[in-house]
Amino acid sequence: MYRIVQATDVGPGVRRFSVEAPHVARHYRAGQFVIVRVDPTGERIPLTVAAADTDTGLIALYVQGIGKTTRRLNMLESGDSLHDVAGPLGKPSEIEHYGTAVVVGGGVGTAIAYPVVKALVDAGNRVISIIGGRSRDFVILESELEATGAEVIVCTDDGSYGRPGFVTDTLADTLAGTPVDIVFAAGPVPMMKAVAAVTKPDGVRTIASLNPIMVDGTGMCGGCRVDVGGKTQFACVDGPEFDAHLVDFDLLARRNQAYHDFEQVRNAELEDPSCRVESSP
Amino acid sequence: MSAPLTKKERMKLDRIDMPERDAVERAGSFEEVNLGLTAKMAQLEAMRCLECKRPKCIDGCPVGIQIDEFIRLVAEGSVAEAAEVIQRDNLLPAICGRVCPQENQCEGTCVLAKKERPIAIGHLERYVADYVRTEGLHQVAEMPRPTGKAIAVIGSGPAGLACAGDLIQSGHAVTVFEALHEPGGVLVYGIPEFRLPKEIVQTEIAGLETLGVVFEMNAVVGRTHTLEELLAEFDAVFIGVGAGLPRFLGVPGENLIGVYSANEFLTRVNLMKAYLNDADTPVLDVTGKRIVVFGGGNTAMDAARTALRMGAADVRILYRRTEAEMPARREEVRHAREEGIAFDFLVSPTQLSGEDGLLRRVSLQRMELGEPDETGRRRPQPIEGATTEVEADLAVVAIGNGPNPLLLSTVPDLERTKWGTIAVDEATGRTSIPGVFAGGDIVTGGATVILAMGAGRRAAASVENWLDTGVWELPPSEEESVESA
Ligand SMILES: Cc1cc2nc3c(=O)[nH]c(=O)nc-3n(C[C@H](O)[C@H](O)[C@H](O)COP(=O)(O)OP(=O)(O)OC[C@H]3O[C@@H](n4cnc5c(N)ncnc54)[C@H](O)[C@@H]3O)c2cc1C
Ligand SMILES: Cc1cc2nc3c(=O)[nH]c(=O)nc-3n(C[C@H](O)[C@H](O)[C@H](O)COP(=O)(O)OP(=O)(O)OC[C@H]3O[C@@H](n4cnc5c(N)ncnc54)[C@H](O)[C@@H]3O)c2cc1C
Ligand code: SF4
Ligand code: SF4
Ligand code: FES
Repeated sequence: MYRIVQATDVGPGVRRFSVEAPHVARHYRAGQFVIVRVDPTGERIPLTVAAADTDTGLIALYVQGIGKTTRRLNMLESGDSLHDVAGPLGKPSEIEHYGTAVVVGGGVGTAIAYPVVKALVDAGNRVISIIGGRSRDFVILESELEATGAEVIVCTDDGSYGRPGFVTDTLADTLAGTPVDIVFAAGPVPMMKAVAAVTKPDGVRTIASLNPIMVDGTGMCGGCRVDVGGKTQFACVDGPEFDAHLVDFDLLARRNQAYHDFEQVRNAELEDPSCRVESSP
Repeated sequence: MSAPLTKKERMKLDRIDMPERDAVERAGSFEEVNLGLTAKMAQLEAMRCLECKRPKCIDGCPVGIQIDEFIRLVAEGSVAEAAEVIQRDNLLPAICGRVCPQENQCEGTCVLAKKERPIAIGHLERYVADYVRTEGLHQVAEMPRPTGKAIAVIGSGPAGLACAGDLIQSGHAVTVFEALHEPGGVLVYGIPEFRLPKEIVQTEIAGLETLGVVFEMNAVVGRTHTLEELLAEFDAVFIGVGAGLPRFLGVPGENLIGVYSANEFLTRVNLMKAYLNDADTPVLDVTGKRIVVFGGGNTAMDAARTALRMGAADVRILYRRTEAEMPARREEVRHAREEGIAFDFLVSPTQLSGEDGLLRRVSLQRMELGEPDETGRRRPQPIEGATTEVEADLAVVAIGNGPNPLLLSTVPDLERTKWGTIAVDEATGRTSIPGVFAGGDIVTGGATVILAMGAGRRAAASVENWLDTGVWELPPSEEESVESA
């Protein structure tokens, strides 16, 4: 059992958890994730580790409640526990002194982007962090990002805060104004695809943190496979970060919808547990 | 008891069939297919044994169980004593009795195999193990004095469990590190409930826990802990991480929705319990659908029969050789057939095609058998121009697993074979790193439960030797010493 030391709301449907997982904290590097099970009958879901403290053994997770498992998770409070936390999994981000780096985070993708921003700043890069949300309330981690020393540009789709429009608009403007050595993107698949499209014409190296459906997270099942440059890769062990210009985002988007109907049913059950089907022994 | 039967009388008895759940009923149920022998049946079957002076059956058992002895005890009705005999060589008899490919092992070498009616050694072993388990007669081993030594076992499949079992009984402290949330390896995530009830695996694991083995779950060695750390903390390390990297076909369309590796399909259904209605882990709905499974081993049979139980309308196994070359246990093939699974031999997929990203069709190349390959099986080769197509909503790829690089890639000094498996001294499980032992599928490539278990036990003995002597280098083998002389 992995104790939740602190749980706080950070935006609509988004919660931050500080969880005791000393072994994960000790080995964690930016870009890695954990596989979590909320309870003994729960599914295994991947969540990015946003921060880790070796001294306290705590890791930080940001969770957007979108379906049954993430919403159940977001019902947990300080003092509750997660049944399983395995990791840190995946390859760490390739952090180097690139020069100028732009890190784009959309929605809860900002939580995935945050540790990358921090690591890039620590490696001596000039880092421009572009974060977006549907409206003001959906913008998370702004002050934390600023505290890293990165330049932070916030955009909202509805213009209720920061620059109006999509993160990709701001990205295009940034690329036009300043030479950029590398771009990192984390967020919804359409956003990452759009980022890749913006950076491709000028050949700016672009890394996307992919979010396929996972089961074990150890390379055992192949469920997380993605197509990168015509080659099948297992995102949990070969990734989750890949060259965004080579990723088949349409395939990823389709595969992420594979269990759509099932997920809807489970999600509805969370509202009304009485509609649950009796299990056979 | 009546006078013992003569050899001639014994030869006249018929092999007792294992009672089975009815084929129609079981095709819709995850309950175990084989129902187990009754005491009477077991005794009758045991009485058929000729008590050979040189029991050939033992030659066929990879761990050398004293088969004639335990069978004689069953015939006498001394089941608990029979269990003790088995337990000397096999720590997991309830499992091996169910899943060993007996026809290639003990039953294959039994003298009565020539007459197509070998003693049902597997069924008897299972009977004995189940008897002591359900009667609660499990021997509680006397705990030896603690040695103060600590051993780390990586992976909780049969290799790791066997290694842990032997080492704890020698008084060492043993911690098993397992990447998943449940121990058992393929026994829990791969082999389905209807063939190996999970309760049996859990009983074995609970037994080890009672003896003091510590299980650390969610411990992905190479990530959560490094091998280096374990070596610093423990006196020896055993690696039994299995061969858990699924092979795919390498044909176009393999990433369509509806194409699963057998590992993924079986893990979703078994480990994540998708066969129960209230599990949170989804599996693609196969109700009324057409399923194809590529492969001819136990994994293929398990995937096909699982799909059937999940409600599939039509399940076919597509294998590129013929029935004779199929590596699956014969009993599983028979069961699969009886349940209504179709087999197409000498076909190999060339393309998977779909609509809207969902699998719909499989293009197949017809094959014929050519010259034998290095394994001695005749190699399938395409018949030019002979192609065909089948419709399919789900395809499960069960063509084997390679060594998972997750841990190995973090330990460059650990010597590997050209197949990527860990190179060891076979008799001792010693690797190229002092203090590190390995066994099971990560050494042999995908093999069997009993071989993995045997390797775990050999390594345990070798760990003892290393802890006693502190000598890592093995004495040179005779050939080498002759050469160097
Ligand atoms: C490497 C990685 C890092 C991630 N990091 C974060 C994070 O830091 N914070 C966060 O809120 N989310 C993160 N996610 C996404 C998160 O795992 C999914 O939102 C979650 O699994 C949804 O489960 P659910 O039951 O709540 O929703 P569901 O209703 O079951 O699913 C909603 C959608 O989530 C995706 N999904 C469903 N099951 C899985 C699964 N087992 N694995 C992956 N995706 C799935 C599918 O696209 C699905 O359509 C990450 C995903 C990956 C692959
Ligand atoms: C579907 C299926 C059906 C089969 N049917 C039969 C059968 O009928 N009869 C038979 O004899 N054999 C059968 N086999 C083969 C048999 O199961 C294997 O040969 C045997 O399980 C190998 O044992 P093992 O201990 O080496 O590895 P595994 O059983 O594979 O166990 C390895 C364990 O190590 C864990 N692990 C991996 N990497 C790490 C890491 N880095 N850190 C920590 N833990 C890790 C894994 O999660 C796993 O739990 C079958 C295999 C499959 C897949
Ligand atoms: S362990 Fe396997 S091979 Fe050995 S006697 Fe038992 S069933 Fe036969
Ligand atoms: S070879 Fe067959 S008949 Fe002979 S002892 Fe073994 S099981 Fe009995
Ligand atoms: S999640 Fe199973 S291989 Fe990646």
